[in-house]
Amino acid sequence: MVSERTSVVAAGRAAASSRTRLWLYGLLPLLLLALFVVFFLRFGPLGVFRAAFPPVEELTITRVALRPGHFDVYVTNGGPSPVTIAQVLVDDAYWNFTIHPAPTIPRLGRATITIPYPWVEGETHGITLLSSSGITFVHTVEVAAESPQPTAQFLLTFTLLGVYVGIIPVFLGVLWFPFLRRLARRWVHFFLSLTAGLLVFLGVDALAEALESAGHVPAAFQGTALVAVGFLASSLALIAAGRLARGRVSSSRLLVAYLIAIGIGLHNLGEGLAIGAAYNLGKLALGTFLVIGFMLHNTTEGLGIVAPVAREGAALRDLVGLGLVAGAPTIAGAWLGGFTYSPVLATLFLALGAGAIFQVVYEVLKLMIADAAQEVATLINVLGFALGLLIMYLTGLFVAV
Amino acid sequence: MQPRPVSRRGFLAAAAGLLGGAGLLPLVTKVSSAAGATATPGQPHTAPAGPPGYPPAAPPPLGHGGNTTVGEIDVKRMGYDPVAFLTSFERGRTSRLANGRVLREFQVVAFDKEIEIAPGLFFPAWTFNGTVPGSTLRCQAGERVRVKFINAGSHPHTMHFHGVHTAEMDGVPGVGPGEILPGKSFVYEFDAEPFGLHQYHCHTLPLKRHIHKGLYGAFIIDPPQGRPRARELVMVMNAFDTNFDGENEVYAVNSVAFHYMRHPIKVRRHELVRIYLVNMTEFDPINSIHIHGNFFHVYRTGTRLQTSEFTDTIMLCQAERAILEVRFPYNGRYMFHAHQTEFTELGWMGFFEVTDDGI
Repeated sequence: MVSERTSVVAAGRAAASSRTRLWLYGLLPLLLLALFVVFFLRFGPLGVFRAAFPPVEELTITRVALRPGHFDVYVTNGGPSPVTIAQVLVDDAYWNFTIHPAPTIPRLGRATITIPYPWVEGETHGITLLSSSGITFVHTVEVAAESPQPTAQFLLTFTLLGVYVGIIPVFLGVLWFPFLRRLARRWVHFFLSLTAGLLVFLGVDALAEALESAGHVPAAFQGTALVAVGFLASSLALIAAGRLARGRVSSSRLLVAYLIAIGIGLHNLGEGLAIGAAYNLGKLALGTFLVIGFMLHNTTEGLGIVAPVAREGAALRDLVGLGLVAGAPTIAGAWLGGFTYSPVLATLFLALGAGAIFQVVYEVLKLMIADAAQEVATLINVLGFALGLLIMYLTGLFVAV
Repeated sequence: MQPRPVSRRGFLAAAAGLLGGAGLLPLVTKVSSAAGATATPGQPHTAPAGPPGYPPAAPPPLGHGGNTTVGEIDVKRMGYDPVAFLTSFERGRTSRLANGRVLREFQVVAFDKEIEIAPGLFFPAWTFNGTVPGSTLRCQAGERVRVKFINAGSHPHTMHFHGVHTAEMDGVPGVGPGEILPGKSFVYEFDAEPFGLHQYHCHTLPLKRHIHKGLYGAFIIDPPQGRPRARELVMVMNAFDTNFDGENEVYAVNSVAFHYMRHPIKVRRHELVRIYLVNMTEFDPINSIHIHGNFFHVYRTGTRLQTSEFTDTIMLCQAERAILEVRFPYNGRYMFHAHQTEFTELGWMGFFEVTDDGI
């Protein structure tokens, strides 16, 4: 009895000491790292890198806002060393400017440069920042137009844009629901495959846009890594969300429909950002056929959302909910992109959208596999998938004329 | 920018433009009228306060809006003042040779130095005697000239004088002493011929780099009988490629962008003003000068005492030079600048300030 208790105590003690040791082993490298960092800060790199390298200056012009009579240039220092802005040129002429908070921008620091300049509506202007060591950082305002301010009028503009490009096409697509309801299972599967094709196209497109946008991200923010993080984070988040909701949503088909809506919604958030940013970056072009192309291109999104619930039906409330989840983020994206465009945010949102879409493709395939009595890769399904890709490609061509 | 195929995003952008433009026409109208107002000529320009850390910006020069640099260079730190440089002449040390001729001896040291070519903008220069342009060397025709050249820089350099001399004294690689290595020195010796306005520069290869890094200066040989008394100014037209892309970011006379806009050159009404103008601009084949509201007499290369031209604008090729003589009949501020407007807006612009007393 006694010896038993002793052994229990001993076991407890052993457990405690082994736990202490576990923590110790876990923390030891961190402690040593902290000590090493302190040592490094205190005594320097001991002559290893202190050669007379010229400073590596990297400055990213994240945004140029055009205001009546002046430019506001937003810069971020993504390089390893501080950068001092010595002078500013506009259209190859030195120009008066002020800079806030200070001419010297520390690593990861930001500054705003205000240049009073009689810019000309509709024309191109070049802005060059000269650092104290003579390095130049260049930005081109391709088509000068006043940048939107968060006024009621611009809020309305962006909201309308969001409605036109996000909500209306999606709901037009949702109107295919009664049609889908009346189809036989294999034709529903055809449309599900088509949806998967559309989504794969959208996902690739979003990923490409994210990677392109990553190129404009200040180096220190690691654009490409940001894409990877955003991509994986959104797919994992959707998996987790699906797990959590499994018990609560009445059917797994409706759940998949909502997941698709979320994925497309995230994608549309990125689209909204692009629209808002287009205003901001002065990259505007006009053409009615582009809007028509846009409708063709995006209406299919609505079809994709309702395809999973075609066989069992859905309440009107759910159909409206699905449409809003998919379409409304466009408005939020347009606001965000229009008023506070940042390449970091844009890259992150595009990557989130891409990740969500690929996750949704996986969900659609799972649904079809669970649903299908036989082989999923039937001729009809393969044709559907290919047709989905083809529709996107062709409407894309129409747009790129 | 290269035109590129419209991407999905580009297309969205286009749609945004259309929708925004069509939906909110009154707004667009308002925007263009606002932009138009700022471009109205004659509208008073207010001087914005300088950025923190800089002295307050000087009021923008009349008629040129905000086309200027911001701040002020530190002439003490650099040991070079463009205003003082205008009238600084290095005459060396003279003595008599056995045959009675005057021997004039100069010492020129080449070394690396960071110079400020616009407020807060630093250029890692190679200099003769610590300034860009180097000291203006001045002698008289017929004198014997000895230039002790010491290379205290980090690269091989030479001194190549424009003038008449023997091949060994030409200061080019592979002839005579050739390149003078860092830590070495050499004495260039020749007769001061012909009289006129010349220059010296490093002739080490690659030549473009050795010149544009700052190794040049004016070299004046006065005619034996001298020239009429005048207020004499040295102006070396030069430029700097600060990011080494083969194009200049800064143009100026005597190195500092817009310096004579902030510090106008003071001259007296009616007095004879003589400008020793040398073009040492690198990368651009020509440069020019235009003086507002006045005409000047041109003495190309300064090798004749008769004027060849009466004009208000002349053009000089790389390494060409001319003496200009002008009298200002009226008081006031007269602009002078390159008449390549590109150079003007990149710093090559200044003022003469004409007054009754010239101070």
